[in-house]
Amino acid sequence: MSPSELFNIVAMQGFAGLSLFSVLLLMGLGLAIIFGQMGVINMAHGEFMTIGAYTIYLCSHLAETFSPGLVPYYFPLAILLAFVAAFAFGWLAEWLLIRHLYKRPLDTLLATWGLSLGMQQGFRSTFGPKEVSPTLPDWLLGSWSPTDGLDIPINGLFVMVITLAVCALVFLAMFRSRWGLRVRATVANRAMANATGIDTRRTDRLTYAIGCGIAGIAGAAFTTIGSTGPTSGSLYIVDAFLVVTFGGAASLLGTIASAFSIAQVQSISEFFLTGSMAKVLTLSMILVILMMRPQGLFASKVRR
Amino acid sequence: MNACFERAFASRHTALILLMVLLAVVLPASLDIFRLNLVGKYLSYAFVAVGLVMLWGYGGILSLGQGVYFGLGGYCMAMFLKLEASDPVSTRIQSTPGIPDFMDWNQLTELPLLWKPFRHLPLAMLAVILVPALLAFVLGVAMFKRRVSGVYFAIMTQAVALILSVLIIGQQGYTGGVNGITDLKTLLGWDIRSDSAHYILYFTTVLLLGLVIHACQWVQQSKLGTLLLAMRDKEDRVRFSGYDVASFRTFVFCLAAILAALGGAMFTLQVGFMSPSFVGIVPSIELVIFTAVGGRMSLVGAVYGTLLVNLGKTYFSESFPDLWLFLMAALFIGVVMAFPDGLAGIYATSVRPWLLRRRTAALVAAPVPQDGNPASP
Amino acid sequence: MTSMFAGPPRMSPRRHLLCSFLSALLLASAPALHAETPATAKVNTTGLAVADTEVTVGQLHSATGTMAISETGSIQAEQLAIDQINAAGGVLGRKIKVIKEDGASDWPTFAEKAKKLLVNDHVAAVFGCWTSASRKAVLPIFEKENGMLYYPTFYEGLEQSKNVVYTGQEATQQILWSLDWAKKEKKAKSFFLVGSDYIWPRTSMKIARKHIENFQKGKVVGEEYYPLGNTNFNSLINKIKIAKPDVIFAAVVGGSNVAFYKQLKAAGITADKQMLLTLSVTEDEALGIGGENLAGFFSSMKYFESLDNDNNKKFVTAFKAKYGPKSVIGDVTQAAYLGPWIWKAAVEKAGSFDVDKVAAATPGIEVKIAPEGYVKVHQNHHLWSRARIGMAQADGQFKVVAESPELIEPNPFPKGYQ
Repeated sequence: MSPSELFNIVAMQGFAGLSLFSVLLLMGLGLAIIFGQMGVINMAHGEFMTIGAYTIYLCSHLAETFSPGLVPYYFPLAILLAFVAAFAFGWLAEWLLIRHLYKRPLDTLLATWGLSLGMQQGFRSTFGPKEVSPTLPDWLLGSWSPTDGLDIPINGLFVMVITLAVCALVFLAMFRSRWGLRVRATVANRAMANATGIDTRRTDRLTYAIGCGIAGIAGAAFTTIGSTGPTSGSLYIVDAFLVVTFGGAASLLGTIASAFSIAQVQSISEFFLTGSMAKVLTLSMILVILMMRPQGLFASKVRR
Repeated sequence: MNACFERAFASRHTALILLMVLLAVVLPASLDIFRLNLVGKYLSYAFVAVGLVMLWGYGGILSLGQGVYFGLGGYCMAMFLKLEASDPVSTRIQSTPGIPDFMDWNQLTELPLLWKPFRHLPLAMLAVILVPALLAFVLGVAMFKRRVSGVYFAIMTQAVALILSVLIIGQQGYTGGVNGITDLKTLLGWDIRSDSAHYILYFTTVLLLGLVIHACQWVQQSKLGTLLLAMRDKEDRVRFSGYDVASFRTFVFCLAAILAALGGAMFTLQVGFMSPSFVGIVPSIELVIFTAVGGRMSLVGAVYGTLLVNLGKTYFSESFPDLWLFLMAALFIGVVMAFPDGLAGIYATSVRPWLLRRRTAALVAAPVPQDGNPASP
Repeated sequence: MTSMFAGPPRMSPRRHLLCSFLSALLLASAPALHAETPATAKVNTTGLAVADTEVTVGQLHSATGTMAISETGSIQAEQLAIDQINAAGGVLGRKIKVIKEDGASDWPTFAEKAKKLLVNDHVAAVFGCWTSASRKAVLPIFEKENGMLYYPTFYEGLEQSKNVVYTGQEATQQILWSLDWAKKEKKAKSFFLVGSDYIWPRTSMKIARKHIENFQKGKVVGEEYYPLGNTNFNSLINKIKIAKPDVIFAAVVGGSNVAFYKQLKAAGITADKQMLLTLSVTEDEALGIGGENLAGFFSSMKYFESLDNDNNKKFVTAFKAKYGPKSVIGDVTQAAYLGPWIWKAAVEKAGSFDVDKVAAATPGIEVKIAPEGYVKVHQNHHLWSRARIGMAQADGQFKVVAESPELIEPNPFPKGYQ
């Protein structure tokens, strides 16, 4: 193998790791906000991602039917709509279900599990049991090859950009906005936050809805790399959970660090081992480290 | 409140006896053998639910990986049965007769070392108990000594479930892969697929379940049970009093694991195959839901909860094939939202007071005869 | 409709005499019965759910769960066939009634529902199952309770049962001819084998490897399996790029399938640079993957929706009339459509619904109205059928580029490939 070929493979493999990192991070981010900031275990996270994916499908369908000229441009708008749709559903779910269960965090697991069953069947009844494939704009397909033999996937780049943008927005919101202030206050001490006049119920609802909205964006972005069907969400939920727990639930930085390390271990071991063994190796690593650091990589210092 | 608690205490035996009458007399008398076999299958899940009552309700530790232990118990049993089913005569069309068919398909030419002990029933039955207990012990010590609890513990058990299911599915030559271990026929020459065998296995399951519940009730009433409750509510105080919290928790985790494994073994015997679809995250969550529906503090309730959810699943999916998931979703959400203590909670807050009122009302309406003679029949 | 099948209900003269004597007796005792409809007591001696005007069959697929994506087509096709048979007068003068059960993508549930259909409902036949795991779960039940199962999916072989009729291809039918085609027409010498990690891809790849190495003297430059549901293939794609195979030979299934092809396209592996031959992409899967991600890749199946023959035109028209113009028909959907027709032909040949007689009558049944052209049931309950190579088009359809000249004999226990 020539040096340039070796360089190409190393570059592409490095990009594969980064791309998996951004996928995992985007998956975990909405969950980390809900799980870390509210202690709510959202088993329906995958289904909120599916809402985002189906929103893209609907938009692409509308664009194709009514003005084919818009097909190259609909995608950014559709991602915004995906956020709005998932946000609205999240708001509704919080109002109907979650708010009654804040005192019983483990029960949210059961209730949201029920919710996810219902949502899956809802997708099946609405969009049919088969997978669908949204028509993606041409600029999202294929690869960018700066030199011969080096192919950087455009959809990977795209997911990366989305992840960066969402992360930046979340951090900005969390540390530079009134909402972030309220969320952090509520996490630190709910009773005191209440006493200082923060409407913690409203804060919770907004937090939950924003977490779901981010799941919607993730689902929308993943239509470029994965499938869109009634059960697509179940492909992601487990990995998302591992990322959040491994990072230490209350810390967004931890989520980033854990997504990065899991992605690197998995993508490197996949390169040298078989796919199934790589998965076992990655999971064992997570398990061993979690046993040594039970609170995750970045433990929160808050007493609860 | 205290009086109420004591009454509940006294009524435990009544509740267990009522359950046993229902399972051992009423159901066999009213159901055909196909439905009874189904109930038997559901009861094998109830072992896990009973274990979860001890672990989650009493111990305050939620495990989202009980499917692992159910699966291990089931696989240990299935390995024995599979070896018995793969005698050289019935597997003569294989390139290596005498080994299980899936090994032959995966080009194994001799029985792996791991499988050798499972040629003997006593060893296999010992493995049903010991393998899950050992795994639970190792995990329990590792996690409880480091004071892992709550949501983290739940997620770690999920990770174990995930790893094990990936391993089982990936190592097809040794485990049968995603198909599981199928086509089990006889136990020491006794055909487990016949109707009479199904009856016998059903009653064995009921008896075993009764014994298990009774043993758990005994644990609950012992000092250990009190300590478990105390640890659940004020972990630090128990620790400050000089108790080793980790050992108690490890014990109850192992107990739940063994119960789950028993259920798995009974499942394999009654259904005739074992599948890795139990050793995953989704089935483990379903097992927790059975417990929640029954009431996480009630051993007997856990059995009713398991039966209710599974009968619901079977009935809904047979009668409303297009809508049944909606109905199941409604059932889960409804139970969690409206009846947080499950069926046992409904009984304690609504049915029993109503029964008591009825009785009082009856007493008032029909005063006991003054002369002391019992009412004429 | 009956006339379209060979093998109408013919009997030996002596048996014929006996039968007519019996039916005369029965007719005398039940004069209300129509002459063309043989008496129920005669055609059903084992207590199946067969009435004077109706026969009950079961349908057992996943309507929910992850496999519903794939199994829906089979459910629809079986229903279509049953409707058509009913419209043409039913089977032995009896209308077919269907009991639908949901296996919910869960193998123990499949076993439970199979038992319910056989023991509780006494159905005369079951059309169902899709994955190998679900078939393995129900097979002992069908053998023990003596039911008939019509299984539509292409599968790994290594199985043969009197109680099952396999209407899809077994592995050698699907693989060997397509590999020979790749060698002869595309001069392929090196292959990279990729599959999801379970029995069907592993067995298929085992057969493929033996064929490539021992019979074609070619080279296998890589063999990789990924867990079911895996959605990240970038590392695998890099390994493929290093190995530079002439052909990627793929059997990736389910949600992974979509991710695999989308990521291949994004990594610059497209049909103009790399040949890919798959065993697991039909028009159904193409719907989820998107034609633009597949265009130019090859798929080895026995049926494609675009097949140009009169049977298929009728079938496609009827299917789209019933399920909408946008519905697509994949290989398994067509195989599922054959199930009820083969059952009907076997019942009529046997002159009875009894499972033993139907099973015995099944070998030799020919289906001349088969959308794939013409199939015949082999002694081993698999179908003689043609192998075809389709090239994926951007609209999600396949263009047939090659077709085996003869019907290929099913060989579920291939010698030299174990």
